[in-house]
Amino acid sequence: MADLNGTLDPPDGLRRLALHEQHVAAGARFAPFAGWEMPLQYRGIVAEHEAVRADVGVFDVSHLGRVWVRGPQAGARLRSATTFDVTALEPGSAHYSLYCNEHGGIEDDVFVYRVDDERWLVAHNAANAAADFERVRSVFGDAAEESTGATVMLAVQGPRAPALLTALVGEAYTSLRPHGCIEVPWGGSTALVARTGYTGEDGGEVVVPSEVAAKLWDACLDLGATPAGLGARDTLRLEAALPLHGNDIDSTTNPFEAGLGFAVTLDDGAPFLGRDALARLAENKPARRLACIRADERGTVFRHGCAVLDEEGRVLSELTSGAYSPSLRVSVGMAYLPATSISPGTRLAVDVRGRAVPAEVVRRPFYRAAVRKGA
Amino acid sequence: MDIRDGLRYTHEHEWIRLEADEGVIGISDYAQEELGDVVYVALPNLGTRLVAGQRFGEIESVKTVSELFAPATGEVTAVNEALEEHPELVNESPFDDGWLVTIVLTDPTELESLLDAAAYRAELPAAD
Repeated sequence: MADLNGTLDPPDGLRRLALHEQHVAAGARFAPFAGWEMPLQYRGIVAEHEAVRADVGVFDVSHLGRVWVRGPQAGARLRSATTFDVTALEPGSAHYSLYCNEHGGIEDDVFVYRVDDERWLVAHNAANAAADFERVRSVFGDAAEESTGATVMLAVQGPRAPALLTALVGEAYTSLRPHGCIEVPWGGSTALVARTGYTGEDGGEVVVPSEVAAKLWDACLDLGATPAGLGARDTLRLEAALPLHGNDIDSTTNPFEAGLGFAVTLDDGAPFLGRDALARLAENKPARRLACIRADERGTVFRHGCAVLDEEGRVLSELTSGAYSPSLRVSVGMAYLPATSISPGTRLAVDVRGRAVPAEVVRRPFYRAAVRKGA
Repeated sequence: MDIRDGLRYTHEHEWIRLEADEGVIGISDYAQEELGDVVYVALPNLGTRLVAGQRFGEIESVKTVSELFAPATGEVTAVNEALEEHPELVNESPFDDGWLVTIVLTDPTELESLLDAAAYRAELPAAD
């Protein structure tokens, strides 16, 4: 039955990854995610998670929406669509930014790569890719070039990822600072390599045309990378306290309470959607903050939506993310807590199906990589 | 995938193995594979009376939580305490080291209504 997986149409009109056959061959178990048929896991979520923390893993993140914009005015135009002053980016660097609504709520979080003077790549969450593309198109018109289907994006993450990426693309990778990006000739084509990721580990992300993607995937596996799926991607990003749009941040949460003020530039005076609301919000400390919560002991697993209780058992809020942390070996989660309840050590309980599990607020993030070479 | 002979299975993927007058209970290899990495198992205390077909605990993986249903009626005489520190034993050894509880069967003839290995195999989706 396994090989049928590669030839049958994907279920329910899902989009299939260009490397679907490679994922089948690597033993993937698939799950629908944001309209895509995605590898959820290969050998197992915990094994993949541990491979990324201790060695190196490779993720196919081609479902992320990718849009190219170009031209002498591209930076200024892009700035009017996102919260961060991307015009301040040096060519060959990338930055996290947000799309906000007029109330300052977060419509999506994005990565903006200034590849050279006049060429920019924006990476969107898959679930919001259509709306995000429209947002870019509203600024750039037909000059906005959707490239999601034509390219493949692999994330190579873990302490051994820098060595793997150097073997893959040469010294160009070694020269990159965190969030740096560079185009290199690769496999008879061009690869965009960025020192970015979503796991809390060093490493990078590589974008290549779909035609040479299988060669890139095979090269990663030949160099010893462990294939890792969306399951491990979620536990890794949660340990690193990186928010997931749709869970921890959404159109009803603002950047400051989410701890994302670093992605908002107000002092350049440039207009962008949500600027007025964000300027007002920036005047006061947020009444609530996205906080990290850790169970005292190993036990029942925190899940998205579990109520968070104070010491008297009163409901304070609910978990926006929750999971078993393979690195800490206890449950962890994030929730918006009143500003009076966010100090590390604050005692809480998390209600998991009627059981109050003892927990406390801990410093963000849950997990930090020991050494970040070049950081 | 391992479907072991000589055990009785439930439609919900628990198994029970008769050893003298006691029944050892666990989950099947198919079940542990579907659950993925098991990270917590909530089991009843010694002396608890399980009732055939009724919920007696929970098993949690990274991905999901699943209820455990008693294959037969009886009193709990042992709980696999190794699972507290090593719940992954359910993945690594579902029929042996990853057992969950033992019970003294109230009515051993209850097992006759459970599935044998061949009938259980027939219930599962075609294997890879």
